[in-house]
Amino acid sequence: MNASSDQILLALDDLRVDFHTPTGIVNAVRGLSFTLGRERLGIVGESGSGKSMTSRAILDLIPHPGVVTAKRMEFRGQDLTAMDKGSRRKLRGRHISMVMQDPKFSLNPVQTVGDQIAEAYRVHHKASAREAKERSLAMLEAVQIREPARVYGLYPHEVSGGMGQRVMIAMMLIAEPDILIADEPTSALDVTVQLQILKILDDLVTSRGMGLIFISHDLHLVKSFCDRVIVMYGGKAMETLPASELDRAQHPYTRGLLGCLPDLDHPRDKLATLTRDPAWLA
Amino acid sequence: MASITASTPSAPPRAKSRALRWGRILGRELTTVAITIFGLLLVTFLIARVMPIDPVLAMVGDRAPADVYDKARLELGLDKPLWEQFAIYVGKVFRGDLGTSVLTAQKVTDDIKTVFPATLELATLGTLIGVVLGVPLGILAAVNQGRWIDQVARVIGLVGYSIPVFWLGLMGLLLFYAKLGWVAGPGRLSIAYQDFVTPVTGLVMLDAAMQGEWEAVVDAFWHLILPASVLGLLSVAYISRMTRSFMITELQQQYVVAARVKGLSEWRVVCGHALRNAFVPLVTVIALSYMHLLEGSVLTETIFAWPGLGRYLTNALLNADMNAVLGGTLVVGAVFIGVNLFSDILGRLADPRAR
Repeated sequence: MNASSDQILLALDDLRVDFHTPTGIVNAVRGLSFTLGRERLGIVGESGSGKSMTSRAILDLIPHPGVVTAKRMEFRGQDLTAMDKGSRRKLRGRHISMVMQDPKFSLNPVQTVGDQIAEAYRVHHKASAREAKERSLAMLEAVQIREPARVYGLYPHEVSGGMGQRVMIAMMLIAEPDILIADEPTSALDVTVQLQILKILDDLVTSRGMGLIFISHDLHLVKSFCDRVIVMYGGKAMETLPASELDRAQHPYTRGLLGCLPDLDHPRDKLATLTRDPAWLA
Repeated sequence: MASITASTPSAPPRAKSRALRWGRILGRELTTVAITIFGLLLVTFLIARVMPIDPVLAMVGDRAPADVYDKARLELGLDKPLWEQFAIYVGKVFRGDLGTSVLTAQKVTDDIKTVFPATLELATLGTLIGVVLGVPLGILAAVNQGRWIDQVARVIGLVGYSIPVFWLGLMGLLLFYAKLGWVAGPGRLSIAYQDFVTPVTGLVMLDAAMQGEWEAVVDAFWHLILPASVLGLLSVAYISRMTRSFMITELQQQYVVAARVKGLSEWRVVCGHALRNAFVPLVTVIALSYMHLLEGSVLTETIFAWPGLGRYLTNALLNADMNAVLGGTLVVGAVFIGVNLFSDILGRLADPRAR
């Protein structure tokens, strides 16, 4: 997989997600546009800024009564807006996949972790149960689990958070997708385990030449981990900039977010309060 | 780096510890069962002593002379201390002796052997209808929450729950038996077939099938289907509502989103993932509904002239036939404990966290 890094995997133009509720329309995402190549794109923002809704919209997993519209939504040149539900489903897992936040809740409690990984492989590949198991064991090894054969037969409540998240990554990467969305993949983990998981994620994504959308509210993490960053507020992109230039961001919202971060080297008595300008959403 | 260098338990000790754990669980369950049965025996025994019914008088009649009365009292062992009477009672129960029914002049155990299978037949088919229709209905309602199919399921649940069974039974008989002639009337078997089938298990359809009387099997089925459907509707109402609520809870879980992200079909997501989790509490609900029907549904059995446990117990109660009442209560209690134990074990098997 030696594709050029500027090859566009995903192109979004004016993505909108609206929820038509009895009490009125809630705009979760209002006109978001970006393109994703074989790179690591970070999306940061507060809770409710539309980060997760964006990823759900890409996967066609917006729950009822949400409505997704976009001027353009393309995956490798295929128009996603014109696709039927069945074709969108076939893209899931196989071409676009997602690692979720907390393995405690995102793994099925009554199925062994191995079976859950093998299932993800067998949905998209004609394979015997044996072959799927071998693949899953190899995948468990790829996420640096030392005794794949033993872990394969464990139930989710029998594995630790860190191991659970490795299983999750194995499950979501086994069908070799082109795009991986990581929706706060380390928020539920201990700090010591977070870095291990990120390292595994980074290695796999880079070695397989995948596009990664990394959703987080951790500015430091995004800065060190991603190539590019989109800062979202109220369902809109406030600004898009290279991760290395995050410290020199111009937008008042990004400046505000950065101002809220405590810094060990420059302790302050009082952290700044974030002020939001309604004009940003106009 | 990797934090998973945990000890490597080789296979044999693991299997052994699993067997040990199951042994412990089974031991605990059986202890609970033993205590419950003891409590049941104690309660039935005490009820018999507390009730203002003189068992001696019931036997000898109120005109018997004093010496006959005293003799009967001695024979019944009522002069002995209470704990000794209890010990004798327990001993008798374990030997399968529940005394003689005043009403039928037969051994209570023999009576129950004939009436319980009738109720068992009805309750089993009723529950089967409840599960076969109620579970899919509940799933459909949960998946289509808020849409028309959910409303239809809600109406079925409401109707099934609130229509009194005696009215429904009568209307059913009027429509399907009297007017349309689709089903057979009251009773378990048409008179024409009654001599063909000798009771072995007491379950008419099974007995007839074992004896090769296929016409009688069909006849028994058409007798059974209407009362079972009446009870089944109640069961459908309860089971579908509970299934809906369990499924809605499961469908909101994150692992369901994960299953969808993997690209599984909606069918696999709902039935392979959500239902497998909802199954655990559902087992208990189905068992409860089954037990409820096994107590014997007096109204349904009365309307359909069904010689079941409910009718037997009610008759016994109205005639102060204490042995029959206590015997029947004991059987109902034992069935409760049995079904409960079974559903507990099934629930544990379905949930790896509870194993």
